[in-house]
Amino acid sequence: MTTSNIAVPTAETPSMDTHSPSLDTHLSPSSLDTLFSDLQPPLTDRQAAIESARCLYCYDAPCIKACPTGINIPSFIASLHAGNVEGAARTILESNIMGGSCARVCPTEILCEQSCVRNKEAECAPVLIGRLQRYATDHASFTGHPFKRAEASGKTIAVIGAGPAGLSCAHRLAMLGHEVEVFEAEDKAGGLNEYGIARYKLTDNYAQQEVDFILGIGGITVHSGKALGRDIQLDTLVTEFDAVFLAIGLQATRQLQLDQEHHSAVMDAVDYIKTLRQASDLSELVVPQSAVVIGAGNTAIDIACQLKRLGAEEVTLVYRRGEQDMGATHHEQQIAKQHQVRIRTWSRPETIHVDENGHLTGMTFRRTELQQNHLVDTHLSEQIACEAIFKAVGQTLSLPEADDVELPVIQNGKIHVDEHFKTSMDKVFAGGDCTGIGQDLTVEAVQQGKLAALAIHQSLCQKTA
Amino acid sequence: MADLSTEFAGIKSPNPFWLASAPPTDKQYNVERAFEAGWGGVVWKTLGEDPAAVNVSSRYSATYDGFGNVAGFNNIELITDRTLEVNLREIEAVKKSWPDRALVVSLMVPCEEESWKKIVKQVEQTGADGLELNFGCPHGMPERGMGAAVGQVPEYVEMVTRWCKQYSTLPVIVKLTPNITDIRFSARAAHRGNADAVSLINTINSITGIDLDNMVARPIVDGKSTHGGYCGPAVKPIALNMVSEIARDPETKGLPISGIGGISNWRDAAEFISLGAGCVQVCTAAMIYGFRIVSEMKDGLSRWMDSKGYETLTDFQGLAIANTTDWKYLNMNYKVVASIDDEKCIGCGRCYIGCEDTSHQAIKAIAQTDGSNKFEVIEAECVGCNLCQITCPVENCITMVKQDSDKPYMNWTQDPRNPYRDAG
Ligand SMILES: Cc1cc2nc3c(=O)[nH]c(=O)nc-3n(C[C@H](O)[C@H](O)[C@H](O)COP(=O)(O)OP(=O)(O)OC[C@H]3O[C@@H](n4cnc5c(N)ncnc54)[C@H](O)[C@@H]3O)c2cc1C
Ligand SMILES: Cc1cc2nc3c(=O)[nH]c(=O)nc-3n(C[C@H](O)[C@H](O)[C@H](O)COP(=O)(O)O)c2cc1C
Ligand code: SF4
Ligand code: SF4
Ligand code: SF4
Repeated sequence: MTTSNIAVPTAETPSMDTHSPSLDTHLSPSSLDTLFSDLQPPLTDRQAAIESARCLYCYDAPCIKACPTGINIPSFIASLHAGNVEGAARTILESNIMGGSCARVCPTEILCEQSCVRNKEAECAPVLIGRLQRYATDHASFTGHPFKRAEASGKTIAVIGAGPAGLSCAHRLAMLGHEVEVFEAEDKAGGLNEYGIARYKLTDNYAQQEVDFILGIGGITVHSGKALGRDIQLDTLVTEFDAVFLAIGLQATRQLQLDQEHHSAVMDAVDYIKTLRQASDLSELVVPQSAVVIGAGNTAIDIACQLKRLGAEEVTLVYRRGEQDMGATHHEQQIAKQHQVRIRTWSRPETIHVDENGHLTGMTFRRTELQQNHLVDTHLSEQIACEAIFKAVGQTLSLPEADDVELPVIQNGKIHVDEHFKTSMDKVFAGGDCTGIGQDLTVEAVQQGKLAALAIHQSLCQKTA
Repeated sequence: MADLSTEFAGIKSPNPFWLASAPPTDKQYNVERAFEAGWGGVVWKTLGEDPAAVNVSSRYSATYDGFGNVAGFNNIELITDRTLEVNLREIEAVKKSWPDRALVVSLMVPCEEESWKKIVKQVEQTGADGLELNFGCPHGMPERGMGAAVGQVPEYVEMVTRWCKQYSTLPVIVKLTPNITDIRFSARAAHRGNADAVSLINTINSITGIDLDNMVARPIVDGKSTHGGYCGPAVKPIALNMVSEIARDPETKGLPISGIGGISNWRDAAEFISLGAGCVQVCTAAMIYGFRIVSEMKDGLSRWMDSKGYETLTDFQGLAIANTTDWKYLNMNYKVVASIDDEKCIGCGRCYIGCEDTSHQAIKAIAQTDGSNKFEVIEAECVGCNLCQITCPVENCITMVKQDSDKPYMNWTQDPRNPYRDAG
């Protein structure tokens, strides 16, 4: 990424939300790292003991139904409360092998915690399921891997993409006794856990630790730096393997279709986050003093807050509709507000301004409004001065094409699968963000990977029988 | 405001809240702090013969509720470990400076007439208001033939009480041990010995828990342990029952009772008084929270009394005794059934699973379209056991509703289903 004409921040930097200590006048590497410490600190032993006592151990618990992976929440919390941390962690991992990262990145406020009956009870506050889940997975110390592999099946499956969907699928397949070969385009496995999630949500190299843990079951070989379409082709995989699972996520980003969009100070949020997550020394990152973020999803919130933590003075998030239409959950919006991110709604990006020296200076927005439920432009416009623009307007699938290779059918821009995660192609399955099912969330990807593994297993057994 | 002043076995105090004989009352310093905080009286930590007892380290342990609050407390402490001389001097000084407060002195000496004769005289000279005979200490002392070893033998209780009454003009309160099968026998013995009152309960033999890593019970003294005496909120139900047994027993009816065991707030105190106690004693709550809790106790009790129109403690003292009876006199024709308030129900399903697995399958879970459940009582199956009401986490969500019955009161002695019912 070229960042030549983005200004490096100066000394003065505002203090952040209540979670983080305020910056000193100089952005030393250590103070920056503290700003990227956990968004939510882990529970202490005592906090976990007290919080776990709040769970009512519901019968047919609504929280279980609200968890995409169906973790037996009352059971794991009861184990935790009885001091059985390993048992609690195993209960979690049985349903969700990435229970550790999900505990950190899941929007629990719209999942399990939203449905907790404690919300309706006089305490009006859910059991902090996510944070208890993190406590359990953090503190469990298993001797060896918690799951045993079934007897070898003699089948080998290719998994393309080592993100949450791919790894979850690989793990479950390995558990069922199959051999798995994972092909990953990037150098590191982990997918967006490694390259995309906000740095303050997954700290301390957690993504890689979790990958190592998952691979600990055995029977999984990861080939990194191997991209489908470039290094390997689907037609050969289909002949060499008993089944193929596509879990390639969404790689392309949507564009604004504006002049000057290719200016070096107009960036894809995901690219910048990737750089940020991979940086070993945060103080070497180039940070704009003022930035505009376009979008209204969690990615937009993530980039805006991280820019603030890095020292950007003014960050304005611009969205063409109202707050209630934003993709980011209310909780995420609150985090943005705590970071003093300015949120500008009802504004559509119109023009990118670059001065005679080639420096980006700002952006003009057209004010919008609803007329008979249609979003229309008004005659008002507004200019926001900034040094950089970050696009967070969504990712799209880019299935690598090759002339003579058959590819699965695409529907609405994503890989089409049936209820058994099977694509239009024989032996080829798909799951995670690259398919059109479910929300684009880590936990969804994990669940789809797991279910796809079971479906693949079933299809292989049927063929043998 | 209601009048909290008390006269118990001839001993006056401005309120019924006394500190039980225990570490909080072991010296002048503590007792004066207690009086400053507003306690109506104290029972001085048990005195014995010199040389003074020696204590071990550690001494206490506890059981906790799910939130980490102390539910039960346990100790392996002995009687005072300070000399008799020092204690007597301090008792005298305290009584001089605090004449309006009750100062009772707890005693425990070997089961010999001379020993008791000598010590009651010494105590009398301090100006103390009364004596409490410690027949309850369950650890250490029984091995030496004192404490519970005496309290467990009604003849000894009667004998020692009689000695004390004979050699002292002070009111004698006999403190009973709960480590017996029927508390009435000890109370009757005290009564026969002319005791002015009984106080109960002392601590219950207990092991609070085991350190599973080191395989030793708590509290741990250099890798070993022994049973201790249990007290605190967990013992209140046991104490209340014993108080009611004595209050209802025709032989001891009317014998003044000082209620002890798990009293932590005004409501606990009111419960003891309603079962006949004339004053209450507190130990664990003071040890956990400090002396200041007495102000909430006094305030709460007098406000509650005001709200009920009780002007003095005697206005409600013992009112619950008449409603405590034997099982055989309960009305067989009375029936309640559970009723769930749908508005309040949060859908946790605890009522359902408890009744389904362990009771009478009297609750239906009806799946709703949104994935939740609605819970409904099948009245015909409900036996009115209260289990669902107990397990429901929402206050007043499940109520037990009285069923109309045209049948009159009929107890088990009259019930035709009773094969041994009284003929005629
Ligand atoms: C910036 C950002 C923040 C997010 N924050 C959250 C959050 O806080 N909470 C949450 O629940 N979700 C969040 N998400 C969504 C979540 O990360 C995804 O839903 C999840 O990672 C999807 O998993 P996946 O395995 O389907 O895809 P990915 O995680 O995208 O993994 C796909 C993998 O496939 C590899 N790959 C791609 N193409 C090829 C190829 N041709 N050959 C080989 N390998 C290939 C990729 O390198 C990658 O490793 C966020 C997403 C983004 C973009
Ligand atoms: C540490 C400790 C020491 C005690 N020492 C005595 C004692 O010396 N004499 C006595 O009669 N009771 C003693 N007790 C018992 C208390 O007086 C009281 O009967 C018992 O603790 C129950 O009351 P509670 O539940 O309010 O604590 C002791 C209790 C504790 C906890
Ligand atoms: S809904 Fe809440 S209280 Fe009930 S089991 Fe789940 S976490 Fe516990
Ligand atoms: S009162 Fe007892 S029997 Fe009746 S519904 Fe409740 S638990 Fe079941
Ligand atoms: S226990 Fe109470 S709150 Fe829970 S389902 Fe039953 S009635 Fe509702």
